[in-house]
Amino acid sequence: MAEVPAIEAEALVKTFGATVALNGLDLCVPQGAILGLLGPNGAGKTTAVRVLATLLRPDAGRARVLGADVVAQAADVRRSIGLTGQYAALDNSLTGRANLVMVGRLSRLSRAEAWTRAGELLDRFGLADAAGRAVKTYSGGMRRRLDLAASLIGRPEVLFLDEPTTGLDPRSRAIMWDIIRDLATGGTTLLLTTQYLEEADRLASRIAVIDGGVVIAEGSPDQLKAKVGDDRLTLTLAPGADAALAMATLSAHATGPVTVGAGGLQVTAAVPARDGITTDVVRALDSAGMDVTDIAVRRPSLDDVFLALTGREGAGDQAETPHGGKAA
Amino acid sequence: MTSTTIAPPATLDRPRGPQRRQRESRWRRLSWAVSDSLVLTWRSVARIAREPETLMDVTVQPLMFVLLFTYVFGGAIGLPGGGSYHEYLIGGMFGMGIAGSAPGTAVALVADMKEGIIDRFRSLPMSRAAVLLGRTTADLLTQVIGALVIAMAGLAVGWRIHTGPADALAAFGLALLFGYAFTWAGVCLGMVLRSVEAAQQLGFILFLPLMFISNAFVPTQGMPAWLRVAADWNPFSAVAAACRRLFGNPDPSALVQAWPMQHPELAVLLWSGVALVVFVPLAVRMYANKNR
Repeated sequence: MAEVPAIEAEALVKTFGATVALNGLDLCVPQGAILGLLGPNGAGKTTAVRVLATLLRPDAGRARVLGADVVAQAADVRRSIGLTGQYAALDNSLTGRANLVMVGRLSRLSRAEAWTRAGELLDRFGLADAAGRAVKTYSGGMRRRLDLAASLIGRPEVLFLDEPTTGLDPRSRAIMWDIIRDLATGGTTLLLTTQYLEEADRLASRIAVIDGGVVIAEGSPDQLKAKVGDDRLTLTLAPGADAALAMATLSAHATGPVTVGAGGLQVTAAVPARDGITTDVVRALDSAGMDVTDIAVRRPSLDDVFLALTGREGAGDQAETPHGGKAA
Repeated sequence: MTSTTIAPPATLDRPRGPQRRQRESRWRRLSWAVSDSLVLTWRSVARIAREPETLMDVTVQPLMFVLLFTYVFGGAIGLPGGGSYHEYLIGGMFGMGIAGSAPGTAVALVADMKEGIIDRFRSLPMSRAAVLLGRTTADLLTQVIGALVIAMAGLAVGWRIHTGPADALAAFGLALLFGYAFTWAGVCLGMVLRSVEAAQQLGFILFLPLMFISNAFVPTQGMPAWLRVAADWNPFSAVAAACRRLFGNPDPSALVQAWPMQHPELAVLLWSGVALVVFVPLAVRMYANKNR
């Protein structure tokens, strides 16, 4: 018999008043896999996680975690999952250690086990020195790590991470990434939501792109990137320059459509991510006699994914890239 | 050959085995519910230990009321049937000071929802009821502290118990029972409100008239007839009258013909029972359906 998938969702629907958060969401995550659920704000990522973690009842459709239905067998589901939400779900007045011991006890660990495991996790997540301090004195990164530790204390087989690095500084983000990769090698099934293509690319074995409460594309990061193209090259033209000529020149090197923005002064296209691509484009522009004031190459953003998948801009509000800069 | 094996009928998939397990698991569930409630009680107590200022509503506030009413208003309030106002007041304070933590219950629950920790609890394999049981148990402990503070303050301003220890304990017991039952009203309030500020304000707005339209601070004899009916049937009046009777303190409401004033102990039991029967299932239901 085939192994039961860690997470299955079939045609999940959830509405809040007039807002349709999930509109027939399908997912299937095999045991031990890491699925990155990628989408802009309001795509339904958090709702999907909350339904799968038994916090929300779906209006229609069904979902199972390790074969247990999230509505009918919610108690069984809760025994096998861990959840780290977007906002650290901790008691701010208690110490870090007290929080972990409390969640450990509530996760059915004995007192001794809860204490031992809390100590282990505090050490592992670099929180041992702060263990005796109230959580309200923690930095955002520490809080997030403690929250993740709290989700892990009961040794869940399936872990949901809802935007685990949103709002973190680059250093804390890098620490979180290391921790998440460690978990994955330990065999935990992970579903992580993110607004960052780069994050999904780095962590996930499969990516599902979600928009308007449905999955619009699914595949390995490489398959997805093949659709999106690798890097983005943007030319800023001198005023009065011939945009059509620039487009034609760039299209010879592009792997996708060439677009024009900023009043005809910016030309953008997907280009292969290889050394020397910039030099090649500059040479081609030179021989065409084009005057360019700036040339920039960057990794594709979530907007590029949406543009490639749907032919339209994705999020209304522009997500920050993991580098801290503005995408597009 | 797998194709020739006959699958057992679906009904045989659930023989006695799982059912027995379920019965066992009911006991286990109960013991887990107790254990989970104790963990969450410990959580709330640990919070108080770290932030003792959260106890103000059962310590400083009743203390202030005792002092204000004995020394500022007390001299101007005459008791039908006579007796010391200082002794009269303390029975009223037991009702008010103990049940006065109910708005705090609402505030604490709203804060938990805001902090997201309730989401954490809801995703754990823990007892559903434990969140509310743990909260109300911890509040009962703070109410015991409140009762002790009021008793000490009372002794300091001249209040005395004129009956035996059994009666005195019965008075404490009734006041705490009502306080605990009333806490569940606070839980319901916490379930409907979205902000801590709203819980604080609404708690105060609802609580204040309930406190004052009673015999807690002044005998109801001086109120207009229509208000007097409300005051005599107010559960807080029954708590105050029961405490006064059991402590052997002056009890002008003994002269009032309304049923609860003639049978205050029974009335407290009834009111507490009604509060528990109404608010506990309501609170549990509201919690189960919260944000789903």
